[in-house]
Amino acid sequence: MIFTIAGKELKALFASPLAWVVLTFMQIILAFGFLKRLDDFMQIQPQLIQVPNPPGITELVVAPVYATTAVVLLFAVPLLAMRLIAEERRNQTMVLLISAPLSMTEIVAGKFVGLLAFLLLVVGITTLMPLSLLLGGRLDFGLLASLIIGVALLAACFAAVALYASCLTAQPFVAAMIAFGLLLGMLLAGETAADGLRGRGWPVPAALAQVLSPLKNFEPFAKGVLDSYSVACMLLLIATFLILTIRRLDAVRLRG
Amino acid sequence: MTDQSTEITVSAQGLSRKFGGHTAVSGVNLELKRGEILGFLGPNGAGKTTTMQMLTGNLAASSGAISICGIDLFERPTAAKARIGYLPEHPPLYRELTVREYVDLAARLHRVAKSARSAAINDALARCGLSDVAQKLIGTLSKGYQQRVGIAQAVVHQPDVVILDEPTIGLDPNQIREIRTLISELGANYSVILSTHILPEVESVCDRVQILHHGSTVFSDTIAGLKQFHGGRMVLVGLKRPPAASDIATISGVARVEPAGGNLFRVSFTDNADPTENLVRRAVEKSWGLYQLSPAQSSLEDVFVQLTRKEETSP
Repeated sequence: MIFTIAGKELKALFASPLAWVVLTFMQIILAFGFLKRLDDFMQIQPQLIQVPNPPGITELVVAPVYATTAVVLLFAVPLLAMRLIAEERRNQTMVLLISAPLSMTEIVAGKFVGLLAFLLLVVGITTLMPLSLLLGGRLDFGLLASLIIGVALLAACFAAVALYASCLTAQPFVAAMIAFGLLLGMLLAGETAADGLRGRGWPVPAALAQVLSPLKNFEPFAKGVLDSYSVACMLLLIATFLILTIRRLDAVRLRG
Repeated sequence: MTDQSTEITVSAQGLSRKFGGHTAVSGVNLELKRGEILGFLGPNGAGKTTTMQMLTGNLAASSGAISICGIDLFERPTAAKARIGYLPEHPPLYRELTVREYVDLAARLHRVAKSARSAAINDALARCGLSDVAQKLIGTLSKGYQQRVGIAQAVVHQPDVVILDEPTIGLDPNQIREIRTLISELGANYSVILSTHILPEVESVCDRVQILHHGSTVFSDTIAGLKQFHGGRMVLVGLKRPPAASDIATISGVARVEPAGGNLFRVSFTDNADPTENLVRRAVEKSWGLYQLSPAQSSLEDVFVQLTRKEETSP
């Protein structure tokens, strides 16, 4: 049942020009960054050979591609997610889902899975760029796997936050702005808050701040470290925002 | 099959709903048997839509109980919802889907088994006269067809109860007739609750009528009972040489006399009195030329206006 709703959301995404525009611009931006870095790498390659234990192409070219993906997702996810619930409420089509024999959890999970499937497609297409390097070289597959997992988890975090924003209002554009504001706030606060609190000897607030800063949790992945603490923080963030969304929609039914 | 006709499909007791301090619906009872069509009437803002939203689980009730085919809607919402088909006032259509895709989605959401799905979709499309436009995008269809898509969505899973909120609003007279025929057909198999403002529609389609006003039931009876609403207490009198209306009103037991056009008068009685005999005697004595005397059948419109106006004047 979750996949029925997910399939409907995917179909709706591809029926709107927005998804195609977002995919196009992401590819242009990422391809530009990728080629630029590849060009730089080719130029400094002779010097790298002289360094003992030099950084490889995966570290110098591929990792920055995923860092750019993370930033582009920060802008793209609020736009892709804005209509998920807000538009259904504006067009009063939510009634179809709520009248059907489904729990609110299934509805929210279905919408989340639908959006996530689209974002994984984005990550998949992005991954084709590093894989093209196999034509003329070798890659560090460990680091590549870590980057893919990290960016997929990050996308899931963004999706959960943006889905919650979408259930707060019946105006898709307002939803996008709320999502963007939440994500940007998390980025700015998370950058400094977790380390600052930990430095003062407050481990619990520090852990909470860490949960709320998905980009900070992405950092270990970018270095090729599968940090279970970061994974747990990201999963916790996803669960928190999905539950908030479910509760919010239940409250709409109760309060009208 | 015999006990199917008496099987109660919808039962709601003491249904109330408050929005903040405002009470939208209070203490509404509702009962529907299989194969019955219930007309749900009331002025705008009477609480019809709110009641329907509660019956379909779209809105939680402040108090009261609802059971669908014996399943409590609040305790087992998914099992109860599986037996309901709902067309809200604003049909929940996805304009970017084709008619067939949309009805297919509705069937999946209502957990129609995969093996039966294709047949169920074809059946719903044929029944609602949509087979020819099955491959068209919903956004390109006319309002009448969109309304039919909304009904197809509500019946594709063959629910026991179909709830239609103003299904004929905004349609042209031909489309209204088609939808009305469709609703009569639905009534043969399902229980139908139909809310509407078009009173002749109710008289022609429904078995029973329930009128809401200010959130509570002011009338609930069968169509036959409705026609007798004044039956015992009002007669239509035709006089060839009519006196002044006030002369007729002097007969004991007559409450009110209204001219009903031409030489006809509508004479209503006070409670517990039947002055028909006195009326006839007086007419003969004064040679008013009595040529017609019939119990006045009240139309739904009379009852509706009377019940929903009367209460407005009283606090």
